[in-house]
Amino acid sequence: MSSGDPGHALLLDRGNLKRRNRVNRLVEVSSTIATLLAVAVLLIVVGSVISKGIGALSIHFLTTPMGLFGDTSGGISNAIVGTGIIVGIAALMAIPVGLLVAIFTTEFASPRIGHPIRFVLDLLNGVPTIITGIFVYGLMVAGNKQSGIAGSVALAIIMLPIVARTAQEVLTLVPGTLKEAAYALGVARWRTLLRVTLPTAAGGLLTGALLAVARVAGETAPLILVCSIFGQGVLTEPNEALASIPVFIFQSSESPSPEAHTQAWAAALILIAFVLVLNVVARAFYARSRKRMGA
Amino acid sequence: MEAGALGNPVLRARRNRIDRIGDPLLRGLSGLAAALAVVVIVAIAYEVIHLAWPAITKFGIGFLTTNDWNPVTERFGAAPFIYGTAVTSAIALLFAAPLSIAISIYLTELAPSRVRRPVATLVDMLAAIPSVILGLWGILVLGPFMHDTIQPALKSTLGFLPIFSGDPSAFSYLTAALILTIMTTPIITSVTREVFETVPGELKEGAYALGATRWEMVRQVVLPYSRAGIVGATILGLGRAIGEAIAVAQVIGGATGINVSLFHTGSTMAAQIAAQFQGAPGALQKPSLAYLGVILLVFAVIVNVVARLIVQRGSLKDVDVTPTEAEAL
Amino acid sequence: MDSRESFESQTMTEPNPEPQARAQRQGPAISVSGATPSPPAKKSRDVGNVQLKDLNAYYGKTHAVRGVSLDFDADRVTAIIGPSGCGKSTMVRCINRMHEEISGASASGEVTLDGLDLYDNAIDVVAVRRAVGMVFQKPNPFPTMSVIDNVTAGLRLTGASRGELEDRGREALVGAGLWDEVKDRLKGPGAGLSGGQQQRLCIARALAVEPEVLLMDEPCSALDPVATLKIEELIGELKQRVTIVIVTHNMQQAARVADTTVFMLNGDLVEIGATDKIFTNPNDERTEQYVTGKFG
Repeated sequence: MSSGDPGHALLLDRGNLKRRNRVNRLVEVSSTIATLLAVAVLLIVVGSVISKGIGALSIHFLTTPMGLFGDTSGGISNAIVGTGIIVGIAALMAIPVGLLVAIFTTEFASPRIGHPIRFVLDLLNGVPTIITGIFVYGLMVAGNKQSGIAGSVALAIIMLPIVARTAQEVLTLVPGTLKEAAYALGVARWRTLLRVTLPTAAGGLLTGALLAVARVAGETAPLILVCSIFGQGVLTEPNEALASIPVFIFQSSESPSPEAHTQAWAAALILIAFVLVLNVVARAFYARSRKRMGA
Repeated sequence: MEAGALGNPVLRARRNRIDRIGDPLLRGLSGLAAALAVVVIVAIAYEVIHLAWPAITKFGIGFLTTNDWNPVTERFGAAPFIYGTAVTSAIALLFAAPLSIAISIYLTELAPSRVRRPVATLVDMLAAIPSVILGLWGILVLGPFMHDTIQPALKSTLGFLPIFSGDPSAFSYLTAALILTIMTTPIITSVTREVFETVPGELKEGAYALGATRWEMVRQVVLPYSRAGIVGATILGLGRAIGEAIAVAQVIGGATGINVSLFHTGSTMAAQIAAQFQGAPGALQKPSLAYLGVILLVFAVIVNVVARLIVQRGSLKDVDVTPTEAEAL
Repeated sequence: MDSRESFESQTMTEPNPEPQARAQRQGPAISVSGATPSPPAKKSRDVGNVQLKDLNAYYGKTHAVRGVSLDFDADRVTAIIGPSGCGKSTMVRCINRMHEEISGASASGEVTLDGLDLYDNAIDVVAVRRAVGMVFQKPNPFPTMSVIDNVTAGLRLTGASRGELEDRGREALVGAGLWDEVKDRLKGPGAGLSGGQQQRLCIARALAVEPEVLLMDEPCSALDPVATLKIEELIGELKQRVTIVIVTHNMQQAARVADTTVFMLNGDLVEIGATDKIFTNPNDERTEQYVTGKFG
């Protein structure tokens, strides 16, 4: 051991080491706090929904339609059914189209065409949902009436870029060697797609679909414009305006009555549970599909 | 049997009809779908302008600077809402951008590997909360908290500033800005984290080997390398903030007018449309709201394009700027 | 078997206070043409002696370096050779404590620099890396910085003044034999140089903070022969200023540049000796097999 030599370079504070370490510590602590803050907000919001909503959750609540305006004795059965129908139809429209767009850009389009299409999809993704609402309003509601199908069209437009983008990513992940093997055997392109590419990519495609559904299940803005005034009872005709969970939450939240607020929390609980479960399931599928493709 | 390729029955066999039309059919169908996407976006622009036309012709470009919104006298102007959008979004980004960078630093450099995935997932989940639920929480939890605690505290310490003057109010620009912060932080974080992860390990090693502390390494290597991506991410967050209609409508109070105090109620373009479009009477109110929509759409498109350009021009590696949910996985 | 062979016992003279040691090391101007100037008439450096005592390194449960003890003498170039995976890079990374940056990695034993244990709790790892520099296999100049900013990157961390940065940056570039080639484009991007130039830039960057030891982890394996030669010449000049440890899988390179050679196998130190001896008449049979190309 060097005889306590004070001059050794390592022991000399070569230029403000203490200060540098303090700054480093500060940054580390701040970053950790920032992350804790984000997680805390998540827990607080979800916690509020659970604690304030669980009380009003009951079989009655789930199976009775809304009361007349101002009457909070009812439930949200019509809203649940309405959301199911509106989102269901939207999914039926958006998922096939989104998949086809992805197939086009990954299989057929030259980069010169593919690039602008991706750009358009990005643009579509960036359109505020209230604007989509105005669009569908002008297209289908003005001079006509509100309807569930108008809501579905709006939601489908919102879903389209999400489905297309994730499908694109997943399709490009499918190993080229698989497709080459099929082509080398003389199999037509479309058959290869159907029998090889799509099945391989199925997990990721499902993920994209689930995430898109989760996204629009809670989408309120366009529905306010095209499907917010509906009749009594549980309606199922898409050509009429239907109740929906997000619109219910929005309208109840604006009401001054505390009972309405409680109902809003309860409906929010159902919605958030649905959305979070879908997210978790989607992630699980994604992880499994990546493993299968050896990513 | 003839020698040579032409004699080979396999090569000579023609593909059956289904196989032959399959490829062009698929190409046609998928091309149609792609064309549909293009048609939709053009149609959106067209339809919104069409709906706004009466207001556009009546008010012209002065609409953007007119500070008035009177359904009775049918005098409408966008100024209060452009102001509201600008203020709430600016404050939201002011908070969200540094927060997101800090969170990204934690997730990429500091978090123990076992903690990384779950925490990242939790932060991403924040983005999955439907905005109407955040708005509900804003009305019933955050708003009262602002009114009872935060705003009085700000007023007593910094009340001399005009932005903190006025009476505390649960519904306010400030509350809306905070809700927007909560919504945009996960988006910016997701993209920033992705960008941070593209920084080559050898550059980081190079900085450490020179005797840099962890923060110094981030400052010298990670941040400069990620500069374009961070800016792109922030602008993307901006796009989200200006377009948010529902949660903002729920907590901002709906007053029309330009007010300097952040405690005051107000409105944004998107929120105003959400609040008033449904059943707006009068020949000019809906078109004026649609006119707001046109302005909003133009802003949103510009923001989107700018974000892409910045990332593409400035980045050292290929970064995908659009935060689809899959990337957040 | 005593695997610790001290090749040349170095008498430990009184360690000089730091400023004097620095002045000593600056020495005569390095001639850029590459010819090795005659060694200055001064006693050999008394700083920069590294000793490893029973060093063990792990990646999780994998035992990558097994109880290695050896001395690296100042004023000498020591080469570490051995087949892939023998632990040479790992061992070297333990000297500047880069090994512990890897998740799950750990090390035990003693690594001393002039008698001071670098793993001592009282010593900041940041200070260790100032004293022990490193050049990596793949040149890694910071792409967002100019040439001169790259060179002074380490200096700027300790808040040197502008003038000081310029001077020491220039010195470092001269010392790395790069000055003439870049003096007209100091503000140009660091990544815009050729591979060999980039590596010399990285060497200059490492030298600028005036370390006592320079670790080189296969510094030429990504470079063409001409660039390699330049760097090997550079090593010959630098060894009077810094203790050099070079990991290489190229035995001819070791033969060209190193005074002492260490042969490692499966995490063990097999043999250490004068380069000539290792390559012509090694003691251990495994060494003999490796240097004659029977495996690895």
